[in-house]
Amino acid sequence: MVLDMTTLLIDDKATICNANVKSNELWINQEELEQTTGWSLKPEGFCQGNTCIPYPKTETENYVQGSEVNVSSFWTLMDKPILHDESGETWMLGTSHKERLSALNSLEAPNFSLPDLEGKQHTLSDYKGKRVFLTTWSSW
Amino acid sequence: MPVWQDMYESVKDHNFIVIAVAQESRGEETAREFIEAADPSYVCLIDEQHQVADLYNMVNVPNAVWIDENGVIVRPSETAGSHDSFRSMNRTDFSQSDEALALAAKAQSTYLAAVKDWAIKGSESEHAFSEQEAREHIARPTQQTALAHASFQLGIYLRKNGKEEEGDLFLKSASELHPDSWNMFRQAMNLKDIGEVAGLAADQSFFDRLDALEGKRYYPPPDIAGFPREPGY
Repeated sequence: MVLDMTTLLIDDKATICNANVKSNELWINQEELEQTTGWSLKPEGFCQGNTCIPYPKTETENYVQGSEVNVSSFWTLMDKPILHDESGETWMLGTSHKERLSALNSLEAPNFSLPDLEGKQHTLSDYKGKRVFLTTWSSW
Repeated sequence: MPVWQDMYESVKDHNFIVIAVAQESRGEETAREFIEAADPSYVCLIDEQHQVADLYNMVNVPNAVWIDENGVIVRPSETAGSHDSFRSMNRTDFSQSDEALALAAKAQSTYLAAVKDWAIKGSESEHAFSEQEAREHIARPTQQTALAHASFQLGIYLRKNGKEEEGDLFLKSASELHPDSWNMFRQAMNLKDIGEVAGLAADQSFFDRLDALEGKRYYPPPDIAGFPREPGY
């Protein structure tokens, strides 16, 4: 099933891409993989910056077919959660607990950008130089 | 929030800022009335997807993290001064005993005093953890909690984009995957307009879930000298 308006949710950003959803798996072409996720296919495996993640060569057809890449298999290989709605139009490409834990263990405060009431974005790292009491609350 | 405002005003000249993030999937309009009523001079942000809870592995509100001037966590996420004594409330009229209120007040004042001490003294404060202590106090994310956050965020996105019922299914599965998260559970209740009990988005299922904790804390006490550790319920 080819969907030309598939939404990928990655790190709180929604991007639209062309996708091919086959047996509940998300296939997208290599160029779009790089544009949307930052990962590119190389002889060593899936690469981003200096990191390359090899996939089992005996299962190549489960990861790469022609110009298309199986994002579901790749994301699962990295132990990252991947979920989608029933129609296959919206896919959540999540972050693994290992990434979260290693970020916390580094003690470097994980960065984020969020809006204030006027819609102005604030980025945590912009407050470097001050001690920050970061607290949460809710209306509920 | 008025609590943070008074604390912030008293120590803001010490190179210190409060960033209060609303875990608010209904968005800015819902947070606005609370923020405008508190009229804070610190930074208030709106987090529809509960990103901060995800990044810092927070499961309840109010939670807080202390970050030093170099961007280093000196106290990982913990209960920001609340106390479990509210669990003893009368569930018909929501009244609380003087003892329960006194415990909650002591918890809050002890916590606020610790925040102020750190705001003024920085790394010299006895409440700023060493790197080793900070790491020991980190609540570790698991494969299940990571899947829960992904599910929650997809649910919120679907709800916002015309697929409310389907979104609710993802919110439900997020809560099931991450039973320690009151944020996910209560935000989902709030989005479905489930009852207001004592100012909480709560109905009997909230109290059932609370009672199921038994001896486990709703607000685990922060590791701060003098903070009341008795359950109070």
